[in-house]
Amino acid sequence: MKSSNLLYRVLLVVGLTVMAVVCLIPTLVPNLPDTWKGLLPDRRVHLGLDLQGGTHLVLTVDVAKAIESALERNLDDVKREATEAKVGVEHAERRGNRLVVGLTSADSRTPFTDLIKERFPNLAIETSSTVDSRPTFELAFTKREEQHLRDFALEQSLETIRNRIDQFGVTEPTIQRQGTQDILVQLPGIQDPQRAKDLIGRTAQLEFKLLSTVPDADNSVAGTQPLPAGTQVLSGEPETGTGRARRVQYLVESKTLMTGDTISDATVRPATQMEGPYVALELNARGAKLFEELTSRSVGRRLAIVLDNTVYSAPVIRERIGGGRASITGNFDIKEARDLAIVLRAGALPAPVSIAEERTVGPSLGKDSIRQGITSFLVGGGLVIVFMLFYYKFAGVLADMALILNVVFLVAVLAAFQATLTLPGLAGIVLTLGMAVDANVLINERIREELRLGKTARAAIENGYERALPAILDSNITTFLSGLILFQFGSGPVKGFAVTLCIGIVTTVFTAVFCTRVVYDYLLSSRQIRTVSV
Amino acid sequence: MELIKPGTKIDFIRLAPWAIGLSWTLILIGLMSFVLRGGPNYGIDFAGGTMMHVRFAQKPPIGDIRHVLEPLGFGDVTIQDFGSGTAGSAEFLIRLPLKEAQMETANKQVISALQQKFGENSFEMLRIEMVGPRVGAELRTRAILAVLFSTVMMGAYIWFRFDVRFGIGAAVALLHDVLITAGALSIVNYEFDLTVVAALLTIVGFSVNDTVIISDRIRENMRKRPRDALAAIINSSINETLSRTVLTTGTAILVILSLFFLGGNVIHGFAFALLVGFSVGTYSSIYVSSPIVLYLQRGTARRQR
Repeated sequence: MKSSNLLYRVLLVVGLTVMAVVCLIPTLVPNLPDTWKGLLPDRRVHLGLDLQGGTHLVLTVDVAKAIESALERNLDDVKREATEAKVGVEHAERRGNRLVVGLTSADSRTPFTDLIKERFPNLAIETSSTVDSRPTFELAFTKREEQHLRDFALEQSLETIRNRIDQFGVTEPTIQRQGTQDILVQLPGIQDPQRAKDLIGRTAQLEFKLLSTVPDADNSVAGTQPLPAGTQVLSGEPETGTGRARRVQYLVESKTLMTGDTISDATVRPATQMEGPYVALELNARGAKLFEELTSRSVGRRLAIVLDNTVYSAPVIRERIGGGRASITGNFDIKEARDLAIVLRAGALPAPVSIAEERTVGPSLGKDSIRQGITSFLVGGGLVIVFMLFYYKFAGVLADMALILNVVFLVAVLAAFQATLTLPGLAGIVLTLGMAVDANVLINERIREELRLGKTARAAIENGYERALPAILDSNITTFLSGLILFQFGSGPVKGFAVTLCIGIVTTVFTAVFCTRVVYDYLLSSRQIRTVSV
Repeated sequence: MELIKPGTKIDFIRLAPWAIGLSWTLILIGLMSFVLRGGPNYGIDFAGGTMMHVRFAQKPPIGDIRHVLEPLGFGDVTIQDFGSGTAGSAEFLIRLPLKEAQMETANKQVISALQQKFGENSFEMLRIEMVGPRVGAELRTRAILAVLFSTVMMGAYIWFRFDVRFGIGAAVALLHDVLITAGALSIVNYEFDLTVVAALLTIVGFSVNDTVIISDRIRENMRKRPRDALAAIINSSINETLSRTVLTTGTAILVILSLFFLGGNVIHGFAFALLVGFSVGTYSSIYVSSPIVLYLQRGTARRQR
């Protein structure tokens, strides 16, 4: 082989090694002086949630609920527009994901269908039937509208959850869509996963409703008499300190007078001697106007402040309240008040979310895992290195150097791609150590065979590499393929394993075949060896 | 140093019928274990449910924990002793079955019940995993598909690189390895979870390595000695590559043992599956894929006659 070619190869190996070491420094030395930081790449290996601790959540957005509530809003509009257009509507209600509208007479049929076509292009008439000459229609969202609502619900949930997490204060969270109805949330290093889950999962639908003034409300609440029309029963917060959680029941008017979307800001006010901490609300212009109207109309009545169908408080309206300020009091401590303020500021979720998958790892388990992973890496790697040394002598030294270089390259590539290192990923590095020497074993066994046939050192080395190469490539390609499948299949930690396995294969072929060959060629060309020790 | 002397001539093919008997026995024992245990022991990744990994500063009797959790009404709660740590600390795995209605509040309830009984700072939650029914079913399907797909893909790759006989031999050998490893996991009652599937796929990748190396040598020898019988060629090919086989499997098993004993109990199942799979994988490249190539060859030869 020509020496100029060899020179290029030596330069390549040395150059890549220097680059790899540079890539490694930020990972190995976390607290670099600032003067150094500017010169080095700002990329390092990230630790997975299973190593640094944290929470991984998959939240399912109940998009069907979002569609239902959009349908509910359309129902009101349909009723109002029909009345304005003087179309006689006898009854209109939502049944599942359909609106059922019954008209008073057959004459209203054409005006009604025209009205729907003109004013509600997002609704489609699914079926129509006539009973006793009174037409009944079933309306549903068009497929396109439904898809749009689904996407919107998911996007908005994502945005709301992101806002809440930002305000909660988590460093480097991951929040992204996953599939058609899920949101993936990863919170590295949080101390109180339960609190974060409560904060994220809460719908935070704030509503203002008036308490019903029917005289015997208590009987309706107790269920001994049917509910008066247009009312519903809501429970209060569980009372703490009494041992068993008893909840006060309230009879409220179903009509929602105002919702949380009118809030422009929410802040926590600390406890005073009179009462515990509370959340002060600042309303936007529309909200301020609504609130002023609502309070002036209902002086003397009680206003229920309802969050996610729980009545937090029901103060008596003493006078008209202008200025766009309101407050929520209740039985909470300062932490709960702060979380409440966060969810009110970040806004309500457009649909309820539920947790489909949770994986939380405490910080101490992560530390244990890192320690154990590194121990098994050192011991396993050490054993392989010693074994190779004994078995192949000089060729073993080469294989060991290739092995060490292999790990340097592997971790450097992880750092350069800012890949995430998980516990199975660490195991993947350990496994790479054990499998990487296969290439050297194949080469060395071939060289031995060639030597036994009486070849010279140079010929034996050349033939050894040449003959072993197809098998090395084939075996590494197959392992790489199964790594790719694993990457496709796996999630989180398992993906980390697939990543280290695949990168490990590439670095193995480079170090164990290419780098060791460069050393042999150098030694042969400078005539430092006549015989080869394998 | 040499472990396998050059010129070693073990008549592997003569022993092939015995090996086939042994393989079937191992596979059947594994399947028996599945039947006796009523199917695979799915971890919560696949079955769904809640798993909590707790460390107590002072080891409480396992019965006490059970006693605390029983009144919560989760049904079939399993509590597993997960080894002890330094200074008398002890770890337990608490697993609650899948109950959709209680999923989200389950771990809160367990924590507060344990706090009431043992005191607030007497234990630490190391890990909480909760998998809902939809996610569990999805993961299960994907896992099975991934293992099947990789087996077929390896077979196809070998077919492409060699020929159809080697491809079939490799695919059968892989299936053999996966079945025996799964059986071994069932016998020692390790749970099937995501990391075990990762191990199975790695085994598929590793086991095919050996097959490639031996097949490569068989092909080379077929060219060099066109007049020799295939059985003789296979025998000498296995013998010639035996040294490499022993060394590579040896170093791989060395690091896996280090993972198994030092890597911590979180990846115990993973390391165990690798240990079994790599050993079986080495054996199967010698005794499953090569004999299949031979039998397929004899089959075609007979038909041609």
